[in-house]
Amino acid sequence: MVKKAFWGLSTPQINYEMLPVHLPETEKIPTPQRITLLHPKNDTLNVPSAMGIGDAVKTGAKLSLYPDQNDYVISPVTGKIAALSPYTGDFGKSYIAIAITPEGDEIIDDTFQQQSQSPTLELLCEYLSGAPGNPPLSLLADSNGGIHTIIIRGLDPDPTVATNQYIAQSRFNDLKKGIEILKQVADVRDIILITAGESVQGYGHIGAPVKGVKTTYPSALPHMVMKDVLGQVVPAGKTCEELGVCFITAEAVISIGSAFESGQLPTSKTLTFIKKDGTRKIIEARIGTPIGDILEAFGETVNEFDRIIFGGPMTGSAVYALEHPVQPDTDSIIVVDRDKAAYVSDYPCINCGECVRICPAKIQVHMLVRFLEANQYENAADSYDLHSCIECGLCSYVCVSRIPIFQYIKLAKYELKRAMTAEAADA
Amino acid sequence: MLEKRKAVEQQPSLIQKKLVVSHAPFLHNGSRITERSYHTMLAALPALLLGFYHYGMPAVGVACLAVSTAILWELVINLVTRRPITIGDGNAAIIGLIFAMLLPATMPWWAVITGTFIAVVIGKQIYGGIGSNAFNPVAVAVAIMMVAWKGLFDFDGMLVNYNLDFATLYPIAAAKHFGSASAESFSLWKIFLGQQLGGIGSTFGLGLLIGGIYLMLRGFIRWEISLTFLAGVYLTAFVFNLADPVRFAGPAFHLLTGYTLIGAFFLATEDSSSPVNFVPMLIYGGFGGIMTVLIRNIGVWVDGVILAILVCNLINPLLDKIRPQALGKVV
Repeated sequence: MVKKAFWGLSTPQINYEMLPVHLPETEKIPTPQRITLLHPKNDTLNVPSAMGIGDAVKTGAKLSLYPDQNDYVISPVTGKIAALSPYTGDFGKSYIAIAITPEGDEIIDDTFQQQSQSPTLELLCEYLSGAPGNPPLSLLADSNGGIHTIIIRGLDPDPTVATNQYIAQSRFNDLKKGIEILKQVADVRDIILITAGESVQGYGHIGAPVKGVKTTYPSALPHMVMKDVLGQVVPAGKTCEELGVCFITAEAVISIGSAFESGQLPTSKTLTFIKKDGTRKIIEARIGTPIGDILEAFGETVNEFDRIIFGGPMTGSAVYALEHPVQPDTDSIIVVDRDKAAYVSDYPCINCGECVRICPAKIQVHMLVRFLEANQYENAADSYDLHSCIECGLCSYVCVSRIPIFQYIKLAKYELKRAMTAEAADA
Repeated sequence: MLEKRKAVEQQPSLIQKKLVVSHAPFLHNGSRITERSYHTMLAALPALLLGFYHYGMPAVGVACLAVSTAILWELVINLVTRRPITIGDGNAAIIGLIFAMLLPATMPWWAVITGTFIAVVIGKQIYGGIGSNAFNPVAVAVAIMMVAWKGLFDFDGMLVNYNLDFATLYPIAAAKHFGSASAESFSLWKIFLGQQLGGIGSTFGLGLLIGGIYLMLRGFIRWEISLTFLAGVYLTAFVFNLADPVRFAGPAFHLLTGYTLIGAFFLATEDSSSPVNFVPMLIYGGFGGIMTVLIRNIGVWVDGVILAILVCNLINPLLDKIRPQALGKVV
């Protein structure tokens, strides 16, 4: 883990780690005994009986719990549905977990292949929303959204994660094909590929302009890319999408490219796996593979009170069960030993100012956190720029008092949003 | 907690391993409040040790009593207010230590205990503890003691029985009462090396400078505050000296005597009562330095550092309103 430098005059930096020139091989995880897919749950609708336990599914088959809704998941294996159960994620998001046990030889569902000759945005939305990389296709399809620029992330926003960096470098042709299809189907002005500043070269003929960002965290976070690459500062409280800019991972573009190239829906997720000792591996696992199977494949033992993190070390989230499945947007899995994990404390802010000096959004974090600790979210938003936060987590990283500032900020934003939705519903 | 943990681990066949769920980020740079406190103490040691060497066991006694009672007062408040015990963070100890450094070696025991009570309880804990005090606790304590028992901070009187191998005169008081001619009788180099009367840990200029530079380089205190404080003292004293060289001592003399250096490196930089933004830090430090010399030269007090720091603590919340515009701020 990155520690404070001995000399403290300069602000600490976390660098994105670049992959070696000779890319490592991906290690494939065998198909597990049980696959779990998380289907978004609609609280107003009952789970229909259209899909029942014991139904056979083919690889690439589309599973949709609510016939009239757009939500669906793609089965990554051939087998039988074993169970349906409710599942609650972060910040109150609810899902239905569909468990599938693989059985027999793999049979590929060919509904997609029949239509894959002529790519359209509707077809993409129909089949690729849950593809590895989680392409934000519904955003593109929503014509009111007015998306005019697509930014392809060839660099992962979190440090130590190298999934998209790896994919952008190793699967050049699929990337090119994906960009071609995006250009063809999406009504956008620009498609820009973002990569680490030093590797801008080597992407000739990709079909899209390539822009480099600095190799220090948080340069690859959306708000920073908007500011540094597009020269457009996102106003506080607005999202990049509201300004017409949509971010898509390189893996998502490659999923689109390879789907139309081969006629098969991609079902394997590439991800960065970081072991307790810090060794980094690029692995490939089917979507829905429980984390326990991946740990087993690498002989990694997990003890009581260790942490398993989905997503990067700065912005990811910890999961509570070894059954937690790999999802289309799981770019990395990090196992942290309990002795090496960062602990928070209930100490008050001592006003040292480290957070203020490191904040890329220039927020007065030391004042903000005092309001947030007292649940005064509206004051925090009005007087101390809560909505300017770009959610990089650097304030918590340097906090001497070890206050979970980032969590306070996320909670405050969530609570304010909830209050606003409730008010809107009342009006 | 630990026993519970062990008990859980010893059960062999728990079906589910318990994982800790926490929130991002999962990295931390490893800094801690305790680290800050202990390194500040370390930086204070050179100056303190020379004080021990000059004044002997009474000085050691004052320092030990101050540190221990400061910790005890904090413990008492923790217990009385039923809040978590915070003496482990070293903040009370550092308050006691810096307080002792400002005292004459012959300070009576009751005064030391009263002083640490004022510093820890009135200066810090009644505001809500670490991070919430509006004023530097040590400066509050010394200011109240200076008003209440003026004689205790009359270094010439307090240290009259010491037979040291340098002039037993408190230089800054001599300069105030007898003009710059008496200031010139002191060798600046010797004063810098600690050959002057004064508080236990506040006379050794070289030691304080080494400590201060160490703290600035490690990032435990902000160079913006310390350097502008010294610059403020130097420039104001220079202007006074230029205006009336007979009455007012020169700038270098003001830098090296009294509480100037300990004030610049250990008092003005206290986290809670100082600003965090760049421009406010410059104004805060410079203002403190200017006030110091104003009080020294045209005020009634011999040394202005303590009061000047309290005054600039007072304007700190206003100063921190000067802040950079946040990213994407909608006006």
